[in-house]
Amino acid sequence: MNPVPLYVAIPLGAAFLIPLLGMWWKKSGETLAVLSTLVLAVMAILAIGTPAMVHHMGGWTAPLGIALVSDGLTVLLLIAVNVIAFLCIIFSLKYMKVYTGLTKYYSLFMLMVAGMNGVVVSGDLFNLFVFLEVASIASYALVAFGVEADELEAGFKYMILGSVASVMILFAVGTVYAVTGTLNMADASREIATRFGGAEMNPALLLAAAFFLMGFGLKAALVPFHAWLPDAHPSAPAPISAMLSGVVIKSLGVYAMCRVMFHVFGFGTASPSSAIIANAMIGFSVLSIVVGGLLAIGQWDFKRLLAYSSIGQIGYVTLGIGVGARVLATGGTRSLAALAILGGLFHLINHAAFKSLLFLSSGAIQQATGTRDMKMLSGLRKRMPITAATTNLAALSISGVPPFSGFWSKLIIIVATIRAGLMGVAVVAIAMAFVTLAYYVKVQREILFGPVRGPAESAKEVSPLMYVPMIILAIVCVGFGLLYPVLGSRILEPARDALLNGAEYVKLVLG
Amino acid sequence: MKGMTIIVKTITDFVAAFIVVFGAYIVLYGHLTPGGGFAGGVIIACAFILLMLAHGREVAFARLPERAAHIMDSSGALAFLIIGWLGVTGGFFFLNVFGRGDMFRLLSSGMILPLNIAIAFKVGSSLFLVFAALAMFRRRSFRAMIEEELS
Repeated sequence: MNPVPLYVAIPLGAAFLIPLLGMWWKKSGETLAVLSTLVLAVMAILAIGTPAMVHHMGGWTAPLGIALVSDGLTVLLLIAVNVIAFLCIIFSLKYMKVYTGLTKYYSLFMLMVAGMNGVVVSGDLFNLFVFLEVASIASYALVAFGVEADELEAGFKYMILGSVASVMILFAVGTVYAVTGTLNMADASREIATRFGGAEMNPALLLAAAFFLMGFGLKAALVPFHAWLPDAHPSAPAPISAMLSGVVIKSLGVYAMCRVMFHVFGFGTASPSSAIIANAMIGFSVLSIVVGGLLAIGQWDFKRLLAYSSIGQIGYVTLGIGVGARVLATGGTRSLAALAILGGLFHLINHAAFKSLLFLSSGAIQQATGTRDMKMLSGLRKRMPITAATTNLAALSISGVPPFSGFWSKLIIIVATIRAGLMGVAVVAIAMAFVTLAYYVKVQREILFGPVRGPAESAKEVSPLMYVPMIILAIVCVGFGLLYPVLGSRILEPARDALLNGAEYVKLVLG
Repeated sequence: MKGMTIIVKTITDFVAAFIVVFGAYIVLYGHLTPGGGFAGGVIIACAFILLMLAHGREVAFARLPERAAHIMDSSGALAFLIIGWLGVTGGFFFLNVFGRGDMFRLLSSGMILPLNIAIAFKVGSSLFLVFAALAMFRRRSFRAMIEEELS
């Protein structure tokens, strides 16, 4: 049998075993969380290069039963989710010591991982919604884990807006079911292709697409659905911020949006309806890039700055994918669409690495100095050399300085945008890349360089349990930039091809 | 006197056992008649919630201790997952590997009945714990909140 159900079953088992064993064994959370995320991360890395496979739950074949699917795109997301989850758990071992109720923390963490893995492997629309809720509800609780007033407020706000998004997604799932009579994504996609292939879609389906775009857009924090993120991400404990910004907004938002748009609504073929949706995607992306970037400049709270930066960077990811979808929808060349999507996916995995690293660094700095106010901090380079070095690397990478990973992914996205004939969008994307550089230069200048003063004077380098995950992520940031020829053909190109070939997905699932 | 009036308490004591029996029926016949683990679990939890409303927390916790509810909560979910894993012996996650039995008998339809029981434990104990958690917080009057804010 194939290992796809394990991605859901292992974290789910750990999530329920931790509180049960935690009644007698205080260390159950730490031990089981480290073990299970390690197994998951190794499994995800070993899945590179394996052929696409499908697991029929309970032996019921595809249109009837629930299919769990693993293809190139799934593997890309599984690697991002599980490797970062493992590193965040290692970071938590020391960082979370100051909190109480740790069995609950690890249990919720594993539940969140189970939900994300479930969203990524699910081949069924309703099942995707259920896992999305599992991951979302776990993350609402984790955002409020500190139970201070502002954390509870941020968690509550996140819960309300997240529930609005879930209702939209549920409504869209219901509409697709009403029109096509099936919940299986491959079956729905085949139905839509035979009925509307290349022509104007049924208005009900367009409405469903709009609701999916809003719902997943809210989970991905695209502007104008971003209001929850700048509160929720800074309020959570640092490893949770790293998970939320690093992988949750991508697996629940961007991945689910791509999967549904390409593999249910059939973005692969030219049609006036997909062009409308793709243009809307590009519009939201440009808004996110501009608003996220401009708002980040004025922030003096380090984590809040990172949160606004996430909004801007997620805009680049969806811009790449939106441009690819638009090229396909308007009958452009397939190779250009492939380039744009590759750029988007590359930026997705790069952003997962450097944004989690930045949030982990912010946690290390907060623990060492007791503050995250950038006006109070200065000269940490001398007091915390390792944290400062990793922060520096991540900042250079995210702001697109060659030869780090962020440069290449933004370059690919911008080149594809120009070749697609969207000059205005490309100019905005280039200009905002410089703005990104500007606010990360501000981070470096205010926090890392300058004279040692204020809280930095008594700061000491954090423990190895905290800086080793940060060093690993920093190596990944550099590695993705330099080793693209190796990584690209193994991870990114299968993911891109999986997204482009909707017909193959249908064949894989329905046999 | 803690809790509600003697009338409410007497009636609650009288009906609570019947509610539990009805809930158990809904769980056990979930694969034959409308209902199932979730609905039955909610009904069973309602019996204990009724006790808590009528008598206060202490009496409800004496019947169903918090620790036992926590254990049932986690182990119910775990049992569901383990039953799902038994299907792997036949090659598929959640494959119905148990004997199907004769149609319309209580012991039929393989793993659906054990899954319903596992779900009933999980849902019933979680709902009870959610209610207990809500009952922990005493609501402060609006006036007290304003005064605290002003001071």
